[in-house]
Amino acid sequence: MLTYFKNLGLGVVTVLNSMRVAWRHLFTPSVTLQYPTVKWKMPERSRMRLFNKIEDCIGCSACARACPTKCITVQSEKRGKDEPEIYASDGTVIKLRTVVYDIDMTLCCYCALCTFPCPTKCLVMTGEYEYAVYDKKDHNYHFAKDKPMTVKAPKEQSTEKA
Amino acid sequence: MESIAQLLRLIPKYDKLPGMAQAIIPVLVSCIVIFALLALAVLFLVWMERKVSAHIQDRLGPMYVGGWHGWAQTIADALKLLLKEDIVPAATDKLLFKMAPFIVFLGAFAAFVVVPFGASSFVTDLNIGVLYIVAVGSLSVIGIIMAGWASNNKYSLYGGMRAAAQIISYEIPSAIAIMTVIIPVGSLSMVDIVNAQKGGIQHWFLFRNPFIFLAFIVYFVASLAEVNRTPFDIPEAESELVAGYHTEYSGMRFAFFFLAEYANMFLVASVATTLFLGGWTQVLPSSIAHQFIPGPILFFLKALLLIFIQMWLRWSLPRLRVDQLMYLSWKVLLPISLVLVLGVGWLAVYW
Repeated sequence: MLTYFKNLGLGVVTVLNSMRVAWRHLFTPSVTLQYPTVKWKMPERSRMRLFNKIEDCIGCSACARACPTKCITVQSEKRGKDEPEIYASDGTVIKLRTVVYDIDMTLCCYCALCTFPCPTKCLVMTGEYEYAVYDKKDHNYHFAKDKPMTVKAPKEQSTEKA
Repeated sequence: MESIAQLLRLIPKYDKLPGMAQAIIPVLVSCIVIFALLALAVLFLVWMERKVSAHIQDRLGPMYVGGWHGWAQTIADALKLLLKEDIVPAATDKLLFKMAPFIVFLGAFAAFVVVPFGASSFVTDLNIGVLYIVAVGSLSVIGIIMAGWASNNKYSLYGGMRAAAQIISYEIPSAIAIMTVIIPVGSLSMVDIVNAQKGGIQHWFLFRNPFIFLAFIVYFVASLAEVNRTPFDIPEAESELVAGYHTEYSGMRFAFFFLAEYANMFLVASVATTLFLGGWTQVLPSSIAHQFIPGPILFFLKALLLIFIQMWLRWSLPRLRVDQLMYLSWKVLLPISLVLVLGVGWLAVYW
């Protein structure tokens, strides 16, 4: 009989205790972030979407060689000697015209191995993580702005082969 | 209903309708009014439940639909449920399966007929009001067993059986706890019970004497079990029995179960309000003049307070085992409520 009342009292105390805990949490500020309007501040060195500042790119394709998944495609050709000299922002002479610079983010494994060999530090991983698209092709980012210099280049190759 | 009949008499040529129609139309109108009220209350309660549970778990809950703190979320959900396909599984008992949700809802809905929301806003004042509520309120057991049996699904059947055992067990302590109020009033009519508590908070039965205070706690615990709420939610224990007796239901029929669940919550809260918290009477003592809060609003606020405690308990306590549930009903609540009835009777005779 005594244990019955002891258990009863213990039960009541436990219920009140757990209610107290729940009451405290009712007024704890919520940890939820309202995502599209409020966003996490990404860490400074977070590795998300790749970005190439094409004005500084010298077209050396060191990044393409470093890429373990071969997601970077670089094609470059020599600038003509009569063209004016241009420099990257750190003073490196740009000797190549980057005709194709594609990064396929569907293949990227976010290892950032491509950013380390970049001599002008123009290829970086940004904190940008919202790049959902409707078409998978849109994940292939085209950074190159230069056009192939002449149309005769392939012709020369073909004559050489012949 | 009398006030509704009076309002209807304002319609021109209403008196020239046949007597049969004059008898039925006020009933139908009051049914529709109660249904609308109940549906609105349920929509609000579901939203409140989601908000309270979210904030107790340090979340925010619905925030987008409707603009302000997701107030329209449940309206959107209800519309979605209305538009969904009504699936009746192949191997079910078709008639029972289709009937069950409405019977469950009927139990909750019919009981509101005698609940006095305000001094004159009630459908009817039965002289056996409390008995009627206890009787009609337990009608939902039949619907739940029908749902569990007709679904032809082991989870549903387990849920239905557990619900039957639980609700029938907890009817007894809750009915005996109600008796502690009936003894001092000497009437089963809900209106009489409210009138006996007029004159402010010190006249409420909750604070009238310690036996009735304890009886309120017994009634509250038993009513939690009667409406299958945590910690007594073993009939629909989602971690064991998918969703219990309404596992196989979808669309509108599921919505009716949902509606009935929250209507039942509101019912037990309003019964507790009427019996123990003074119904629609004012909170402050009647010596203070200028109390302008309308009775129905006070009634809803008191009921909401109790419903909030129900929700609060839901997120405080884990689910009871079946044997613990029966232990609590038969070995704890029942003896206590009997002792309380004796105590109240002793006070009524010798005080």
